[in-house]
Amino acid sequence: MRFAVIVFPGSNCDVDMYHAAKDELGEEAEYVWHDSTSLEDFDAVLLPGGFSFGDYLRTGAIARFSPIMNEVVKAAEAGKPVLGVCNGFQVLLEAGLLPGAMRRNESLKFICRPVQLKVKNNETMFTSSYQKDEVIQIPIAHGEGNYYCDEQTLANLKANNQIVFTYDGTNPNGSIEDIAGIINAQGNVLGMMPHPERAVDPLLGGADGLKLFKSIVKQWRETHAVKA
Amino acid sequence: MYKVKVYVTLRESVLDPQGTAVKKSLDTMGYPNVQDVRIGKYMELTLEKTERKIEEVVEEMCERLLSNPVIEDYRYEIEESVVL
Repeated sequence: MRFAVIVFPGSNCDVDMYHAAKDELGEEAEYVWHDSTSLEDFDAVLLPGGFSFGDYLRTGAIARFSPIMNEVVKAAEAGKPVLGVCNGFQVLLEAGLLPGAMRRNESLKFICRPVQLKVKNNETMFTSSYQKDEVIQIPIAHGEGNYYCDEQTLANLKANNQIVFTYDGTNPNGSIEDIAGIINAQGNVLGMMPHPERAVDPLLGGADGLKLFKSIVKQWRETHAVKA
Repeated sequence: MYKVKVYVTLRESVLDPQGTAVKKSLDTMGYPNVQDVRIGKYMELTLEKTERKIEEVVEEMCERLLSNPVIEDYRYEIEESVVL
């Protein structure tokens, strides 16, 4: 399976994403610069964390208009797995691939620490290796993770089971309904503030994020074995 | 040439954590009569005249990039300046 790790000016979790796909999963991975114009050779797209374009104007607002984003939209429409973590999530929101928007953390502080997440939906291509309601520990590192959407959007998210991760216990940023990660209605675009790629080895303080990446590969192998 | 001033603020329905912090600070400084503080952005754009209607162009830019319609409102002022 071939993973694309999109790199914007200011991305800083691209190396961790690459490491998760290449070294931990043992799959193929390649960095793709933001002004590239094709993702055709890839089976999955990873949008890493960081501060693309310095977070100028709004987080993800400028990255969203990078040439590669047209290709990310195409990949999403084609049903390929698209994972956006932290700034990657913010970019997906700005691009309209996921509903809602980010506000500054309620505390106005940048928060960097491990948090407990609850897997609310384990029937996605990103979470099938987890148990439903399993509590996992994944680090967060963000100043703008205070997810917001209007009531109608929230009702839709709930009705379609699109809330994939919630903060368990304390909500670190004030997000609506303790939301930490959501998926699109089609079920192939996941955005989350916590960093699963920073939790793929006990040496890093935990490996609870590894199952997320393994789920993607598992799903891909299953669908492609059927076709073969 | 046009000078365009764009003001972007969080929507009324969206809680503004920065505004809330500033309001609290003003309150402790002895301004208890401050009812609300909303923090926003101010941008100045200089535009050349084109065939398109200036209002249409500015609104398009506001909708697409300068504001995020999910959480923000915008308003703008357009001044036509004479190039000497």
